[in-house]
Amino acid sequence: MKLVIINYGAGNIKSIQFAFKRLGVDAILSNDPEEILAADKIIFPGVGEASSAMKMLEESGLADLIPTLKQPVLGICLGMQLMCKTTEEGNTKGLGIFQTDVKRFDHSVKVPHMGWNVIKDLKSDLFKSLKDNEYMYLVHSYYAEHCNETIAKTDYGLNYASALQHNNFYGVQFHPEKSGTEGAKILQNFLDL
Amino acid sequence: MLTKRIIPCLDIKNGRTVKGVNFVDLRDAGDPVELAKQYADVGADELVFLDISATLEGRGTTLDMVLRVAEQVNIPFTVGGGISSVEHVDELLHCGADKVSINSSAVKRPELVNELSNKFGSQCVVVAIDAKQVDGQWKVHLAGGSIPTDIDLFEWAKEVETRGAGEILFTSMNHDGTKNGFANEALAKLSESLNIPIIASGGAGNVQHFIDTFEIGKSDAALAASVFHFGEIPIPELKKELKANNIEVRL
Repeated sequence: MKLVIINYGAGNIKSIQFAFKRLGVDAILSNDPEEILAADKIIFPGVGEASSAMKMLEESGLADLIPTLKQPVLGICLGMQLMCKTTEEGNTKGLGIFQTDVKRFDHSVKVPHMGWNVIKDLKSDLFKSLKDNEYMYLVHSYYAEHCNETIAKTDYGLNYASALQHNNFYGVQFHPEKSGTEGAKILQNFLDL
Repeated sequence: MLTKRIIPCLDIKNGRTVKGVNFVDLRDAGDPVELAKQYADVGADELVFLDISATLEGRGTTLDMVLRVAEQVNIPFTVGGGISSVEHVDELLHCGADKVSINSSAVKRPELVNELSNKFGSQCVVVAIDAKQVDGQWKVHLAGGSIPTDIDLFEWAKEVETRGAGEILFTSMNHDGTKNGFANEALAKLSESLNIPIIASGGAGNVQHFIDTFEIGKSDAALAASVFHFGEIPIPELKKELKANNIEVRL
């Protein structure tokens, strides 16, 4: 199993690497297209601000590479958001893998949405052996609107897509690497795809 | 529904966990990594590590501890204590910390909040505020609560929110170490005037205090140390009680 975490300078990738290490898999951190193409599974992480993260992806050529990948790809948090068509954060055009847009939460709720909330209406092998309404850890100010690629839903002021899937591309808004044993199950399911 | 969070706070000195009663008279409560793993297993939602000797010791010890915690613990954690630069935060986040908390350094140089939130995102910037109520006025205190300032708690909290703080950790110096309950009136005022999460700290002594700070204090999370470290309030029982009182928690 060759697992690559795309390292483009965005955020807390150590936690993801450690989470896979706890599952017995040594993930490689890389921004080298050759190495990414040769991987069995790919993690597309991201914490931080959308427009600057997108800029780093464009400058490195990864923005062109990622949508062409054939292996299972898992976008986490901002990674998932950047796989959508657009995001309101910095009025950024995303990779357009998921046919939905990312909006900012309005002021009827506290922003960021921070802490443990449930994911429900689970519809993917990614969530195999998880029960509906399982708690996951989330930290985000922007959310993906529903589309027919929604595979998990979460309520926070409104109901939004907390996970998406398009063919071999998966995206989760929550942090499975920080969501205890249930989160670890999702990472294991991804490895088992 | 978003749950209320229970956060054990581990004060760290020389790589060991300690907890001061009213910030003095330190007692030893074990190895931070082992303690952190235990807390994750019993259902703590998050952890806060406060390096109370950070200004005196080399950064290496803390960074090494952060790395070991990130390696072994599968819930989010915040690191605070003596953090005053973008570079230092960069190092901590690279070692696997999810958030950092800044306190006195933000009061001395408020632009630090902007710099951190612009570079790393608001989600990892916690501003810790120690305040004391004197003659009815809540005033911000520095250096672990030992130095009073003229800064009003509510004005300062609003300012750091505007500058990009993602969360506020409010410790009442009047309540810390007393085990008489949290400063719920001030907490409710903070929660109602700001649009970011508020963590209540200082005063936890029994389960009812947690119920009160969520119901009356409108806190988003509650932090405590000694009541957890010495097993006075087991977290699984606390969460069951909260649930029984219709407070949403992760069980």
